[in-house]
Amino acid sequence: MAGVPLAWYLILSAILFALGIAGFLFRRNLITMFMSIELMLNAVNLSFVAFSYKFGRVDGQIFTFFVMVVAAAEAAVGLAIILAVFRTRKTLAVDEIDSLKY
Amino acid sequence: MPADFIPSTQDLLRLLPEAVLVAAGTIGLVLEPLLRDSRKRVTGVFSLAGLIVALWAVVVSRAYPGTAFRNMIVVDGFATFFRTLVIAVGILTVILSLHYIQRERPESGEFYPLLVFSVAGQCLMAVGNELIVIFIGLEISSIASYILAGYLRDDPRSNESGLKYFLLGSFATAFFLYGVAWIYGATGTTNLREIGDIIAKPEIRPPLVIVGTSAALMLVGLAFKVAAAPFQIWAADVYQGAPAPVTAFLAAGPKAAAFAVMVRILMVAFDPIGAAWEPLLWIVALATMTIGNFAALVQDNIKRLLAYSSIAHAGYVLVAVTAHSDAGSAAVMFYLAAYAFMNVGAFAVVTHVARAGERRLSLSDFAGLARREPAVAGLFTIFLLSLIGIPLTGGFFGKFYIFKAALESRLYLLTILGLLNSAVAAYYYLRVLVAMYFHEPAAGTVEAMPVTPGVSFVLWFSAGATLLLGIFPTLVLQFADQGASLALVR
Repeated sequence: MAGVPLAWYLILSAILFALGIAGFLFRRNLITMFMSIELMLNAVNLSFVAFSYKFGRVDGQIFTFFVMVVAAAEAAVGLAIILAVFRTRKTLAVDEIDSLKY
Repeated sequence: MPADFIPSTQDLLRLLPEAVLVAAGTIGLVLEPLLRDSRKRVTGVFSLAGLIVALWAVVVSRAYPGTAFRNMIVVDGFATFFRTLVIAVGILTVILSLHYIQRERPESGEFYPLLVFSVAGQCLMAVGNELIVIFIGLEISSIASYILAGYLRDDPRSNESGLKYFLLGSFATAFFLYGVAWIYGATGTTNLREIGDIIAKPEIRPPLVIVGTSAALMLVGLAFKVAAAPFQIWAADVYQGAPAPVTAFLAAGPKAAAFAVMVRILMVAFDPIGAAWEPLLWIVALATMTIGNFAALVQDNIKRLLAYSSIAHAGYVLVAVTAHSDAGSAAVMFYLAAYAFMNVGAFAVVTHVARAGERRLSLSDFAGLARREPAVAGLFTIFLLSLIGIPLTGGFFGKFYIFKAALESRLYLLTILGLLNSAVAAYYYLRVLVAMYFHEPAAGTVEAMPVTPGVSFVLWFSAGATLLLGIFPTLVLQFADQGASLALVR
């Protein structure tokens, strides 16, 4: 691998993944939480591509296409659900969406 | 590489059930907007037909055991067992929903095709022999389930349920996928058997810490999907808020498929490092049972009670996974089959008693049910006794095989704690029974309502299956035994 060593990609990917987890756990806005999940998926994609490049094979890159398709489907459904929630409650703060309790 | 781009007929036949389901789902979705509002139920009947054809396709593809599409999928006894199970759950859910959806959201018919897609994803999870295929199956199943959980979109409870399921489900998926990426980096393959072969050879094995981390990441993802501790929090809210037939489905179908994936990954790919994950699962199994059972003790909402009970049952299944043996896998399969029927049956009762808008869900709404509707109360009794694990029901033999497998693997302490847990669980099921038989109905209780034919069919069928599994367990156990040993062929 000319120039950038594999480890750098993996470290970047791990940092992005951790940022995604942190964003999901600490932000309380639905859209931000959703974006954090997308960030995690793309961190995984980066790992796939880096590994694939190291092996000199394309299968890892093909996996990222599958992941992207799935992420797109998830985005469509997720945003629709968020929209439906907003319609009934007029809020995007996850802490206020707590009618289900014992 | 030889130019054999066209898959062989056997390969196609091995994937026939998934093909049938995806075709039925797609046609159903295209059909839906063409139907007049009063005739949206046609998609339900169509989906039911699709599921029944898929069941036939499972039998067809069973005649062609082996791998297909370059080892991407594998048709073995294990896969056939879980395919049959999830399709059966799908069929029962469609029948259970026919009247319910008509009543709650009559203007839409996409419920059933979505359900069929979800089942297709679960079938793919059952046959997946490769982590990317498993991932795609998992997502097909999950994405459709998110919509189903939030299907009654004007009901705040339902869309809150869909939202929570979506957020935590996708969060879990990312963990699973990160584990897949690392195992791909460490071994250069995503094929379960090849991963197992590489890990088994000390001279080419990647560092244990990397393999262990990727296995742990995947387990986190799957633990979310089966609602195992410490990732069980979402289950209570999601199961409570989702429409009752959907809850029946979620607690039986996706959960069974996720367990199938868990068993296959652990037994095939990570079999050589069993010593590393067994202690971890030991703790998770115990925590899941205990949290589920003790949280259920204080519930007053019947759906929430059954949700915690579902968490506890996942804990029992995890005991069998921890056993890490053929007998353990067979016990997992048998238990999931038994649990599927008693769970669908119990939620069929909830569907009936809750009535329009699902307003009657508290335990007091079940008071005096035995006097009002003796047949429904009697069938509910069968399901509750099976959930407790009383002899002559499927639940008893399910627990029996799990703890037998655990004892064979010398998990003595876990077995004892599991049995104590079952005793605790009896308390909250008996609370429901006592309410039904001995409590006076609250003032102003509405009169008995006739059971709709769909609910009635599901009730009687599930009760029959539960008793059949309890009286002739070998009927199913022999399939489970064959399947379990096939999953472990190296």
